[in-house]
Amino acid sequence: MTALLELEDVEARYGPVHVLHGISLAVEEGSIVAVLGPNGAGKTTTLRAISGTVRRSGGIRFAGRSLGRLGPDGVARLGVAHVPEGRGTFSELTVWENLKLGAYTRRGSIQPELERVFSYFPWLSERRRQQAGTLSGGEQQMLALARAFVLRPRLLLLDEPSLGLAPVLVAELFRIVRELNEREGLTVLVVEQNAQLALQAAQTGYVLEAGRVALSGTSEELRSDDSVRRSYLGY
Amino acid sequence: MATAETSRLDGLRSRGAALGGAVSPVVLLLIAGAIGLLIGCLRSDVFAQLTVQGLAIGSVYGSLALALVLVYRATHVINFAQGELAMLTTYIAWQLIQWGLSYWEAFAATLVIAFVLGTVLQVTLLRPVQHRSVIAAVIVTVGLFILIDGVVSWIWGSELKFMPPPFARTNYDVGGVSIARLYPGIFVVVLISVLLVWALFRFTKLGLGMRAAALRPQAAAFAGVRVDRMLAIGWGLAAVLGAVAGLMAEPSQFFLDPTLMQPILVYAFAAAVLGGLESPAGAVVGGLIIGVSLNLLIQYVPAISSTLQTPVAFAVLIIVLLIKPSGLFGHRTVRRV
Repeated sequence: MTALLELEDVEARYGPVHVLHGISLAVEEGSIVAVLGPNGAGKTTTLRAISGTVRRSGGIRFAGRSLGRLGPDGVARLGVAHVPEGRGTFSELTVWENLKLGAYTRRGSIQPELERVFSYFPWLSERRRQQAGTLSGGEQQMLALARAFVLRPRLLLLDEPSLGLAPVLVAELFRIVRELNEREGLTVLVVEQNAQLALQAAQTGYVLEAGRVALSGTSEELRSDDSVRRSYLGY
Repeated sequence: MATAETSRLDGLRSRGAALGGAVSPVVLLLIAGAIGLLIGCLRSDVFAQLTVQGLAIGSVYGSLALALVLVYRATHVINFAQGELAMLTTYIAWQLIQWGLSYWEAFAATLVIAFVLGTVLQVTLLRPVQHRSVIAAVIVTVGLFILIDGVVSWIWGSELKFMPPPFARTNYDVGGVSIARLYPGIFVVVLISVLLVWALFRFTKLGLGMRAAALRPQAAAFAGVRVDRMLAIGWGLAAVLGAVAGLMAEPSQFFLDPTLMQPILVYAFAAAVLGGLESPAGAVVGGLIIGVSLNLLIQYVPAISSTLQTPVAFAVLIIVLLIKPSGLFGHRTVRRV
């Protein structure tokens, strides 16, 4: 079985600075895959290489198609939703407009998609007229996730969803991600500092160090690995 | 009951906060100004005529200012060529009329040509530099200003051209005051164009994509919005608004020459800055304020003759930038981290 997303020896640079030195990884359809690693290891850049917001080389194949020549809008149109770190929402637009934007590439009625999203995020429905910037940080992150999900993506790229959120909200967020994965078959590639949570949700994981894959395996294997435990799990 | 009352109050307050908090005094000021104008109009025929004339010319400033704001919001580039572009499209309209089209046929055709022209210019001249720096893009627009000027003089020469009047040369009689039909005509045409552009941005999917692309290009691209295409369409729409401004400036000047839009560009800058460079509504209101107040100042303040009109507009520009750089309607965005 071939994976939904395959990276083969992907390199990326910002100007003269080499950030990725040949990353290879695979994401199976219907799975959750975590990418761990210290700051500056290239986790965010890996996601950016996939969605085409950084200059990259090497093989990136999604559902049998090469993404190498596509820009971010082209990648999004293939069904890859990228929720970037931090500001994933348009704070100047209303909640409703943010959601409609999520369905930008879809034709025809988006009512069924919205109904489905509201079933996972019921509070969004009541606050649809509110300016997104007036939501709390956690609510904005939920809105970013909801917006990505309106696209009905085949693959969700989730960058540091826990950043700056209270632990309760982080747990809630991961609960919803797992629910979307189990019920809707959504495939997720998540970059996360909180290794504990990420490995709980994911089936497999990759540990990046200095732009290379240092370690990979099932969540079980990674959790029992001594170096991972010391560096990322803290026990 | 009490809780409902508080929640409604909270709602209002948060809405006020969303608009930047400073809006209500501004709105009060505008209402006071409008009442002042109304009283003046009722008391003096000349005042009424000057006010109507000012509103018409002000709407022209407003529509060019709106064109500037559309481009600025999307790319933070001030398009110095916006006025010259409007002058060029007015020449195109003149040429179409020479070739036998009626005024309003030429008007419609010119708007289409302006859209294509704006889009093509963005793609060919601006797109290659837009990722480098804002300054580079601004310099390209300055170059475009000079280029258009040269091209127009080369094709059409610099002698005055005359276009047929868009509106019948008759007067309305409003409560004993004679108002030339031209001015309400200009005002209505500009207002309809501005409202159509506003509705496009507010109610259509294309408009939502354009707003998203302007606010946060990368996040918009993640949602599948083709940001480059949105910027090109934005230039096209700005050129259309400019074309309306040019076509409506010509009858108020009564002739066409290559400098038609140069003073108007200064007034449009003043209007855009007065309204807050990021605010489309502010640009239009700013245009109306500048148009009406300059027209009245010339009549009633002996020290200001019509030759001093442009310096006064400049003074407004500088004073606003010094005292309230965000303008009347410029708002700080509510953003929680």
